Amino acid sequence: MSNSSAKSSASGPARHANAAAPGWTGRKLASVSVLPVLIGLLVATVLYSVTIGRYDLSVRDVAYILIDNIHPLVTPYWDPVQEVVVEQVRLPRIIAAVIIGFGLSISGAALQGLFRNPLVDPGIIGVTAGAGFGGTLAILIGLQGYLLLSMAFLFGIASIFLVKLLSTVRGRTSMLTLVLAGVVISAFFSAAISIAKLLADPFQKLPAITYWLMGSIASSSYWDVLLMAVAVVPSAVAIYLLRFQINIMSLGEEKARALGTKVVLVQWIILLASALISAGVVATSGIIGWVGLVIPHVARALVGADHQRLLPVSGVIGAIYLLMVDNLARTVSTAEIPLGIITALIGVPVFAVILRRLHAKGGWSSD
Amino acid sequence: MIEASDLTVERGGKTILSNYSLSLERGRILAVLGANGVGKTTLINTLIGVIKPKSGRLSIGGQVGFVPQLFEVPFSYSALDIVLMGRARHLGLFGSPGRRDYELARHYFHMLAIEHLEPQAFNSLSGGQRQLVMIAQALASECELLILDEPCAALDYKNQDKVLCLLEQLRDRHGMTIAFSTHMPQHAVEIASDVLLMTSGSSYVCGPTADALSAGNLSDLYDLPIARADFDGLAKHTYAPVFRHEGARFDG
Repeated sequence: MSNSSAKSSASGPARHANAAAPGWTGRKLASVSVLPVLIGLLVATVLYSVTIGRYDLSVRDVAYILIDNIHPLVTPYWDPVQEVVVEQVRLPRIIAAVIIGFGLSISGAALQGLFRNPLVDPGIIGVTAGAGFGGTLAILIGLQGYLLLSMAFLFGIASIFLVKLLSTVRGRTSMLTLVLAGVVISAFFSAAISIAKLLADPFQKLPAITYWLMGSIASSSYWDVLLMAVAVVPSAVAIYLLRFQINIMSLGEEKARALGTKVVLVQWIILLASALISAGVVATSGIIGWVGLVIPHVARALVGADHQRLLPVSGVIGAIYLLMVDNLARTVSTAEIPLGIITALIGVPVFAVILRRLHAKGGWSSD
Repeated sequence: MIEASDLTVERGGKTILSNYSLSLERGRILAVLGANGVGKTTLINTLIGVIKPKSGRLSIGGQVGFVPQLFEVPFSYSALDIVLMGRARHLGLFGSPGRRDYELARHYFHMLAIEHLEPQAFNSLSGGQRQLVMIAQALASECELLILDEPCAALDYKNQDKVLCLLEQLRDRHGMTIAFSTHMPQHAVEIASDVLLMTSGSSYVCGPTADALSAGNLSDLYDLPIARADFDGLAKHTYAPVFRHEGARFDG
């Protein structure tokens, strides 16, 4: 070993000292500086988002209207309609966008780590298609409102158990089989959705199904937001708590086992949490693709692969991103554009670029 | 440190090892040799607890650290990230590394004289450097038994020498017990106190290097004449294969 130390000092003591510098404090600093900036950006985006729309409002108006609920600072000078627009129309969907973007992105980042594959999306575990079919079926048989929502949710949760069942051989689940089982279940439910569409009344139910599947949070109420939050927030917290374990899982199952990680438990928690997030999102808002695939890459470029930093940063970037997408959806044209269309239009080219960059680097063939 | 008797190990319903017994005392180095596919990796996976033996008794008297064969990760972790992961066992399900874990990781970077690798991307390191980082990871787990799967595979001579020196030093100065697999008898000659020659899934030779590692046993092991060779002017010897010897034919 004496040789190697001789070599390193030969390459210059200055470099040596430099290399030791980004230490414990340095790493902490890096994580501290990026996250607060992003959170600040998120708050600014939220405030800005409340002001835009057909009713023109300034940030000051919005601030007064909102603060008025807690403690009236000024005598209301605004139109009651403006108050309704801010509090009942815009704010619920803004909160919904933040929760969806946060949930899908943190789940995407966690699943990419768990499956050791940077091209994984929350849809890979079959839950999205399952929940999509649940909702489609509900519309087909004439269910609405919370019945539709629960049916989508239950089908989503059922699919993760189906996937797990399909991929467990002799009591063990390999991550590769799980991905393949997810693809199989997704394909099955996609076919089932097509059948349901075929059977649907083409003048009323078919458009309703199509529009619902494309994803929208236009009609979100606080109650919808609460239901979504109940599914997404605890799951996101669970995923965040496992942040270091996800690092270890990304070294591969065998290595993780050898390092003393409770592999099966960690897998289950992450899969279930991701299933809850996807099912909750699809049930309340339809299928919103590409967010959970693309955003973790943006976050990784910003803070590196360490999931301790990657997970929260992914979540916050995802929240900002989906909020901007929803702003586009409601302001670009007089008619509402489904979210799924915009996330796909932006996501596909970004994904193509990522694919090429990964390929140039030798890609994910390392597995 | 390792006490195994009548181990039978299955993989995918097929018996890979049957009735293996071996023991390794604390502070010794075991080299495992055998042809491709004979079950070296299966044995190692059993020792580190990834595979449960079908029958037999296996007791390991301490924490085990494992260094896999040349390793790549799918994401661009830094070498420091990788070594910190060695702390997994000590952090619990929801924990993440704190100041003490960073200090420990640093300590092993320093001990292996690879501090300059700390901030570098693990996948950009050379094979030899990666091997050292993985050893640092195993050490960071505060193990007493270090198990390495072909630590010298795909390394050039210089790096092989580095790894061998390091392993010997870990035993001598830090009281580590070490088991590693290899395809080169010379690795065993240089640092191993014990050898396990795996001839097949059910027959093997195990014992102190001086007794068990002989030209005869190695010839049986590899089904090829192996000769002892002494280095000119050095009190060292090695075992080398006699390739293309008289009577050998390519018969598929």
